[in-house]
Amino acid sequence: MTNTAPLLELSGIEVRYGAALALQDVSLTIRPGEIVSLLGGNASGKSTTMKTILGLVTPKAGTVALDGADITRLSTPKRIAAGIASVPEARRVFPQMTVAENLLTGAYTRRDRQQIAGDVERMYTHFPRLAQRRRQDAGTLSGGEQQMLAFARALMSKPRLICMDEPTMGLSPLFVDKVLDEIARLNAEFGIAVLMVEQQAELALSIAHRGYVLATGRLVLSGDAAELLANPAVQEAYLGRAG
Amino acid sequence: MFDTLVAGLIHGNAYALVAVGISLIFGVTHVANFAHGSVFAIGSMTGWWLIAERGWPLWLAIVGVLVVTGVIGLVLNVVAVRPLSKAPPIAALLATVAAALILDNVAQLVFGARVRAFPPALPTNNLQLGGVRFGTSDLVMFGVTIAVMGALAAFLKFGRAGQAIRATAQDPEAALQMGIPVPRIQNLAFVIASALGGLAGVFVGMYTSNISPSSGAAAGLTAFVAATLGGLGSMVGAVLGGFVLGIAEAFGISFWGDGVRDLITFGVLIIVLVLRPGGLLGRSPTITTEPLTGTFNAVGRAIRLKRWQVWLAVAVAAVVIPLLADNYTLTVGSQVAIYAIVAVSMTLISGSAGQITLGQAGPIAVGAYTAAILTAINGWSFWPALLLAGVVSAVVATVLTAPAWRLRGHYVAIATLGIGTVCVAVIRNWDSLTRGAYGISGIPAPSLFGFQIDDAVGLYLLALVVLLITIAVISRIRSSHLGTVLSAVGSDEIAARSAGVRARDYKALAFSVSAFFAGIAGALLAQQYTYIDPTVFNLPMSLLALTIIVLGGMSSPVGAVLGSIVLVGLPELLRITPDVRIIAYGVLLLLILRFRPQGLWVRSAAKRTDPENLSPDGQEPPSEGDSSRLATTLQDDRPVGASS
Repeated sequence: MTNTAPLLELSGIEVRYGAALALQDVSLTIRPGEIVSLLGGNASGKSTTMKTILGLVTPKAGTVALDGADITRLSTPKRIAAGIASVPEARRVFPQMTVAENLLTGAYTRRDRQQIAGDVERMYTHFPRLAQRRRQDAGTLSGGEQQMLAFARALMSKPRLICMDEPTMGLSPLFVDKVLDEIARLNAEFGIAVLMVEQQAELALSIAHRGYVLATGRLVLSGDAAELLANPAVQEAYLGRAG
Repeated sequence: MFDTLVAGLIHGNAYALVAVGISLIFGVTHVANFAHGSVFAIGSMTGWWLIAERGWPLWLAIVGVLVVTGVIGLVLNVVAVRPLSKAPPIAALLATVAAALILDNVAQLVFGARVRAFPPALPTNNLQLGGVRFGTSDLVMFGVTIAVMGALAAFLKFGRAGQAIRATAQDPEAALQMGIPVPRIQNLAFVIASALGGLAGVFVGMYTSNISPSSGAAAGLTAFVAATLGGLGSMVGAVLGGFVLGIAEAFGISFWGDGVRDLITFGVLIIVLVLRPGGLLGRSPTITTEPLTGTFNAVGRAIRLKRWQVWLAVAVAAVVIPLLADNYTLTVGSQVAIYAIVAVSMTLISGSAGQITLGQAGPIAVGAYTAAILTAINGWSFWPALLLAGVVSAVVATVLTAPAWRLRGHYVAIATLGIGTVCVAVIRNWDSLTRGAYGISGIPAPSLFGFQIDDAVGLYLLALVVLLITIAVISRIRSSHLGTVLSAVGSDEIAARSAGVRARDYKALAFSVSAFFAGIAGALLAQQYTYIDPTVFNLPMSLLALTIIVLGGMSSPVGAVLGSIVLVGLPELLRITPDVRIIAYGVLLLLILRFRPQGLWVRSAAKRTDPENLSPDGQEPPSEGDSSRLATTLQDDRPVGASS
């Protein structure tokens, strides 16, 4: 897997909000089928990195490439159509639309209209809870169910990379494990690459292949998940263990 | 009885069509589109022109109207609304107000201002049921409306783009991340909504047979009330609100006459906003997620004149102008000073307390009538009448607005609009006190130490002195502890409230003070006109006052005076005709909102040195609420915050 061409590549990204520097010279790669975890404290630039990949912010310098093609100037909808999907922070399902309608919004960019109905059914097979609730408004679902819906909605665009912004946030500890298992399963079954922003570094690294650590807008560390877990600096900064 | 119901249903029919459009646009863009009524009026006039002047058949004319109004809706979004999507929501609301001024007056230039007879395209009196006569025309209107509503509902429920519209309405940022092209979806909503408005325009033309380009404001406001009644953002609510309002009006008019229409419309509005701000079908919690009002003043800081500059300005205004100017110029000068009094005091509401008022003509009218009644009818002398005009105006405004302060955002603006209209509607209907539509004439000139102030110089100096007093009082308030508290409420209400400030009371206080001065200005206006009637105090007057302070920078009394000179004085001196002048106001307002939202005469924030008031990038602090999420996401993980 190490030698395959990168699916997504950020190089030398710089993002400013007004005068403030949010990201400085950030470069990272995600290879097909990989789970990559993006770690860092508050305001370290994790979310900004995610937004840069999704096209929600425009970098002042640097490039974003998908399959080697420059997508730095592409709009968000075009990036979704090209194979990047998003599981937004705090899930953000459409509360007054049914589960089925939420799934259809995920397929908005697809052109193969005929296959969509079949894919909706496939999601129901994969997430049986959603099948039971398909006619219910998404706002009436529990937090864990909404997270499953957010995954399924992202999958509906047939992505090759899913960006997940704090997928375990606000969930009960019981559901945190379930969600992480689910991410690992999606990755294994569908072969979809995952970029995951997570506050809880240990949890994130437990399922990730590799990780990057950001601090005040710069990349400070990167490596295999196991290496990072064992790294004293990471342990001290993010895992609360004295070095 | 039964025919009143039919009349109500037919009006309700049209209100529903217009209200659905307002609700659709509000849902998708979170903008209260005040230009929607103008689109309706243009639909009416285009329908008339195509049928009467070009001889098109009805169905083809309707197609033409749908195209014309749909295109106008698209342009409206692209030019006025979308560029402000990242500004505080009230900016987009003001932009639609500006667009309404432009559209109304362009329509007057294109179609002529006079009332036209809409050609009878279908029989209007050929059927009978239960003793009520009606026509094919009415049936067609009903049938088409129901079909259109059904089609719209099906489209929103099942259509790909319809579902995208709903997704965008519920969470625009998440919609974008699903690959939904949000700006294009918003365009689509504007096109559909505006075409529905145009269709309603044709129908109202067919029903009332008399139409004019200026009918838009009233229709738009009524539909706005209908949409609010049903719950802004709810389509079913808009239809329901339209019919409830149409029927309520029809019965009100049949009992009390045509004059009560505004009273009923805006009475309903105020009651809804007080009792159930979310509307009949809207979810009440929407009110809590309503974006903070937020004016633009956080970006800039008021200019302060140096002492010698102040004296120079006063000397020019008080000595040079009276010596050199002719009577006409002096009369214009009085107008400038009177509007400046209104505007300077409004900076307390808009600049300090962070609220927008769209109804300042109401307090002005109350003051004008108080003074007129006391002096012309009861024979009071001018000075006590002047003072009482301010007091009555402040009391009336305080009582009427008291319930509005628990609202936020657009709802405050809508409530002030309603209050302004209610004041004037009461004046029009209270014949025994105000002589109703006849107005009050023969308002005597004030006298001072036995001298009559009845010439242009005297009236000018009087207005100028009152203006200087106003500026002194307002500046004193703004630099006092009270002013600081008001600014705190205006710039971050939640923070102010958590610091123990009773935000509502302070907003009410700011509004009372500015109503007091508006009342005084009204009294001066009555004195100068010597004749007043209710039509003087219309919506354009309120909007002019607001435009003045937007131009001058919301927080700047000096800017308000300069704004008054530019917007009241220059057009008068340059003898620009009223419709062109109003178009110019509209264009100017749009340009300011877009390119210089902090106002023309304000120092920019970049030069500010007080670090605690400045967010890291010099932008405004992020506001809460759904519609501003797109903007705030760009600011929510600032690395600078890491230092804390």
